Amino acid sequence: MNAERVRDLYELLDQVTGYIYPNEIEIRWSILIVVYPYLTGLVAGAFILASLVKVFKVKEVEPTYRLSLLTALAFLLVAPLPLLFHLGRPERSFEIFLTPNPRSAMAMFGFVYAWYLMAVLLLEIWFEFRRDLVLLARASRGLLKWVYRVLSLFSTDISEAALVFDRRAIRAITIIGIPSAFLLHGYVGFIFGSVKANPWWSSVLMPIVFLMSAIVSGIALVIFLYMVLTAIRDHPIDMRCLDTMVSYLFYAIIVDFSLEALDFIQRLYESEESVKILGTLITSKLFLSLLVLQILLGMLVPLGILVIARVWTFNDDMRKLLYFASVILIQVGIFSTRWNVVIGGQLFSKSLRGLMAYKMEVVSIEGLLAALVLLVLPFIILAVMIRVLPTEPLEDRVTVPSKAPAPESPEILPLPTSGS
Amino acid sequence: MNKREFLKSLLLLLHAGGFVGALARWAGAKETGGKEGEGKAPGGADAKGEANGKHDPARHWYGMGIEIDKCIGCSRCVDACKVENAVPPEPFFFNTWLERYVIAKDGEAVVESINVKGKSSREMRQDDGEVIRSFFVPKLCNQCANPPCVQVCPVGATFSTKDGVVLVDANRCIGCGYCIQACPYGARYLRPESRIAQKCFFCYHRVAQGLLPACVEVCPTQARIFGDLRSKASRLVRFTRMNKIHVLKPSLNTEPKVYYAQLDGEVR
Repeated sequence: MNAERVRDLYELLDQVTGYIYPNEIEIRWSILIVVYPYLTGLVAGAFILASLVKVFKVKEVEPTYRLSLLTALAFLLVAPLPLLFHLGRPERSFEIFLTPNPRSAMAMFGFVYAWYLMAVLLLEIWFEFRRDLVLLARASRGLLKWVYRVLSLFSTDISEAALVFDRRAIRAITIIGIPSAFLLHGYVGFIFGSVKANPWWSSVLMPIVFLMSAIVSGIALVIFLYMVLTAIRDHPIDMRCLDTMVSYLFYAIIVDFSLEALDFIQRLYESEESVKILGTLITSKLFLSLLVLQILLGMLVPLGILVIARVWTFNDDMRKLLYFASVILIQVGIFSTRWNVVIGGQLFSKSLRGLMAYKMEVVSIEGLLAALVLLVLPFIILAVMIRVLPTEPLEDRVTVPSKAPAPESPEILPLPTSGS
Repeated sequence: MNKREFLKSLLLLLHAGGFVGALARWAGAKETGGKEGEGKAPGGADAKGEANGKHDPARHWYGMGIEIDKCIGCSRCVDACKVENAVPPEPFFFNTWLERYVIAKDGEAVVESINVKGKSSREMRQDDGEVIRSFFVPKLCNQCANPPCVQVCPVGATFSTKDGVVLVDANRCIGCGYCIQACPYGARYLRPESRIAQKCFFCYHRVAQGLLPACVEVCPTQARIFGDLRSKASRLVRFTRMNKIHVLKPSLNTEPKVYYAQLDGEVR
């Protein structure tokens, strides 16, 4: 074992308070495992928001439908990376698919993920964008034409009958997609909630709390992206859409807060063997991340802001400002929630007699830098996708994106009438 | 009794003694780790079907007994284990370790692992007053019959053998650490160099050859008793019959096969 590692472990040993089992000195699940549920939560939340449009016919949030889908996809593509990087032997990760243990919650990850990616998200996105991809393929030239043709899987039929089928397919997929999104993230909660050895994790509420916080973070993220995107494009914000999204966010926060409060009160009231060490954990190691960041700044403050924004009548600009502030605080809060579950659950000894310390590495593959890269990567993927795919349904006449081989004058191509 | 009768009786007694001795030896050979069969097959290498010396897992169900009052805290078991199983020497990785409990008059327990220098739940002070109980507790993987680590392993790298030992397949473990999280006893760690999960496996390589686990072999007070719960003659079965035994964290339903005698309620 290298000397630096030994020194680090001795350093951690100095920070131990009370008694811990000697093997517990090292926090096994690092910040990358904090990033993982945060990312899948955003996926599930963004998808649920998208499904409001197609299944629950909430027409007001239509402008963010495509953005939500693409956001979900961008984050879903990155979601398995933190898991992969954190493995002791990442080169063996395929074993999860080859010899999965059917009794293991974690073994189901590959299947749940593959199902959600292939059977839900990609399929729905393809049906949603198919017409536009066909139109863009017809209107573009050169390489871009091929990109669009490949993305549309070489389909060309945009007759009314075909589009009706597309719409039906989208509805069917979304109906399957909602329970799938619940499964994707509820399952992540189950990975923690089913560990009976860990009293901080072991809770039947865990999957549900994960789900509700996922919905909160997903809606908040799409609101953030929508506001940023309209600002970049210099488009006006559809305030009806924004207000509706925020009201869904508001209700989701209230449900999420109630569930977390219930969990907390239940633990306190039952006052089991672990209550003493968990109390010490909350008031010492998790004081900042749980009480300050998660509950105060990440939940109560944004909730207060949203209440104020609803009770008083503010003008559009003021509302935008309030909304923007609260969605950012909510992201901080939800990330802290993940931190408090994952890291918090490893900061106390299972002997219930002591607390460990977590020293975050910076440059290593399981360190802060890797985590930041993984948090930024979905935004880069999303930016590329938004460049290629239109976030609003195309008009019947298409302006060729300016990146295509530029003709002399802005070219507006007449599109063939549907069915031709 | 004349001289002739006396000598005849003596001769008979010697024969009888020899017979009884032979009988005892034969029985002893069947007993787990008996004096005669020092390091011999726990449960008997001469059990039917294993006469050729080949280990048949289906015939055994291994466990360990620990008599807390016999443990003197010498740590020879910990040292032997580290050598036998190439456990990293640093005090952060243990297949087995010792805990010392000192319980003061006010009922507060001061716990420390005597293999990790300088760390106890609280320093003992001069004014601590009277100590009412103090004892050592050897800890190791409990080789649970209902092991949560086996349940959660996503690739089936950790598994229970037919003879009741939980092993890790070093060629399949992906190092995800879920088993480490799932173990209620802190028995598992990630080997620093190979980055796969590791823990006590009852020295399975020794047991399969009819030897005792290293920690049991070296224990000077026989505080650790290894044996086969399927063999009625095993020392472990006798140990569980003669003592009031307890297991760690029974409420978690892991069904441990490390049985403690004289276990204090403070031990978790």
